[in-house]
Amino acid sequence: MNDVVSAGKAPEGGPEGPPLLEIKGLRTFFYTESGVAKAVDGVDLDIAQGEVLGLVGESGSGKSVTALSILRLIPDPPGRIVEGEILYRGRDLLKLSWEEIRRIRGNDISMVFQEPMTSLNPVFTIGMQVMEVIQAHENVSRQEAHRRAVDILTEVGIPDPEQRMKQYPHHFSGGQRQRVMIAIALVLNPSLLIADEPTTALDVTIQAQILDLMLEMKERRAGASILLITHNLAVVAETCDRVAVMYGGKIQEVAPIDALFRTPFHPYTHGLLGSIPSVAGTKAKRLTVIPGSVPDIHQLPVGCKFVTRCPYAFEPCPDIEPPLIEEARGHWVRCHLYPHGGRPAVPPPGEPDKVRPT
Amino acid sequence: MPDILLDVQNLVVKFPVFGGILLRRVGDVEAVKGISFQLHRGETLGLVGESGCGKTTVGRAIINILRAMSYRVEISGSILYHHASGSVNLAPLTRKQMRPYRADIQMVFQDPYSSLNPRKTVDQIVGEPLRIHTKMSRGERADRVRWLLEKVGLSSRHMNRYPHEFSGGQRQRIGIARALATNPKIVIADEPVSALDVSIQAQVINLMQDLQEEFGLSYIFIAHDLSVVRHISNRIAVMSWGHIVEIGPAEKIYQHPEHPYSKTLLAAAPRPDPAFNRRRRTS
Repeated sequence: MNDVVSAGKAPEGGPEGPPLLEIKGLRTFFYTESGVAKAVDGVDLDIAQGEVLGLVGESGSGKSVTALSILRLIPDPPGRIVEGEILYRGRDLLKLSWEEIRRIRGNDISMVFQEPMTSLNPVFTIGMQVMEVIQAHENVSRQEAHRRAVDILTEVGIPDPEQRMKQYPHHFSGGQRQRVMIAIALVLNPSLLIADEPTTALDVTIQAQILDLMLEMKERRAGASILLITHNLAVVAETCDRVAVMYGGKIQEVAPIDALFRTPFHPYTHGLLGSIPSVAGTKAKRLTVIPGSVPDIHQLPVGCKFVTRCPYAFEPCPDIEPPLIEEARGHWVRCHLYPHGGRPAVPPPGEPDKVRPT
Repeated sequence: MPDILLDVQNLVVKFPVFGGILLRRVGDVEAVKGISFQLHRGETLGLVGESGCGKTTVGRAIINILRAMSYRVEISGSILYHHASGSVNLAPLTRKQMRPYRADIQMVFQDPYSSLNPRKTVDQIVGEPLRIHTKMSRGERADRVRWLLEKVGLSSRHMNRYPHEFSGGQRQRIGIARALATNPKIVIADEPVSALDVSIQAQVINLMQDLQEEFGLSYIFIAHDLSVVRHISNRIAVMSWGHIVEIGPAEKIYQHPEHPYSKTLLAAAPRPDPAFNRRRRTS
């Protein structure tokens, strides 16, 4: 049960076979003038085949750095992956040569970024940018690459793709650009799509379309998985099978989607859920608030990273980092309030602190 | 009969488009196409819509900064402001004519990073409206700034610091303190929390609600985040393509939206409820 090494494991009895991606003890640090920033400080996480895993956290929690580490896109210097393993189908991505990791990118694992405005090159046509990916990875003729570009653009819902391929990114709206980004990411049929805040810059109606598109594209590719990075819990509720919550460079809680929203274990998750209003249901008079702000990344607490803002903090919290333990089946939490025998030690949202640690 | 503070009638805002070698006027963009609404004393009116719907332009028209921002912008219709000693139509006012009312109508901006002058201290930033609009002495101003900072949850120790020394949430508090400096009646908040982290958003929303209660403020809360707007607003106006397509009590719009656009917008909003989303996806 309290096995730290395999923490964040995909639930057993889920999709068959070993996990697609296993992150073990990942540490990515940034060496800056003001000291070492431990952006990712010991992350363990599995992504199962066919699942949509959400990685949630606020700015500076380390979620994007975790994603960039998977594809070895951390700018070095100042960043460096100092420790850990990232096993993709059993192969450690951190041990591959640049040539080998280049082949993994796009073919096996690809990424969609937040800014559809800046991630396309403004001086090349959309067609050239989609075809470039195909020709960079596969030895195919121009005609073949062109045909496949048309196919994938049709698949992501760009009308009249033959014509639109001759146009430049500024001819496309934000939502269409994100569709093109998804087309580029999926044209080689990778088995893992990492989407880093893919809808944050978009309007709600467009956001819904893009999320639907991503799920639809995944369904059409047997066994493909998505790692969705976002700060928006409602987007997670909309799309994910499982969620990992990050804070201070560490995974604080991992749970199946229903469990996380119904019985959040970690006081931080609990606070996050209390601080988001909803478009439906009864309206809370006041939002519950997590006091204070995210601590400076150069001066994270030694023990629990959330201790400075936690209403339940008690004696061991400032000094001892709690381990990530499996408190309920498939539901992991990093908090000294646990183990608590399968019941959340933290009262459900809306009920002020009834339960205190003893 | 609710106490009407602001009565907007048939407001139209046209931005001219210049083109060609001679930069002649080649057309217009009508950002706001004849909208009417009222703001009651002490209420929060939410203004929602997608990017480009004109919601920000409406806010800017009310505080009358469009003419300063855009060359030859055309504003028609009326923005009647009912103040203590009468009424005035703000729409046609020049910068100078607007000045007496500017203290009453203040703005909180979206981006807490670019809306504070990086070369001024908090003391200067929050004190500036007082310097312009009141005859307070330096000492009185300092006292008032200290009091304001405490009201927004900052400390008077922060007075001599510069904006870069603060987090995003703290900067937004400074922006709110500046807006409240002149004892305004109306605060127009344009996406005041959308640049903030989730846990900080809740803090700022609660703060705005507390201040509203304490000072009897009326808010026009402009945002694209439907859940935030629902939480803070008494009434909501849904905008699309320069029109208000639906306006009414917040709960009515969220429970029983009438206009097809309001329905689409609400249906698209993600909800923090996995079970609901599964039902929606399978149906």
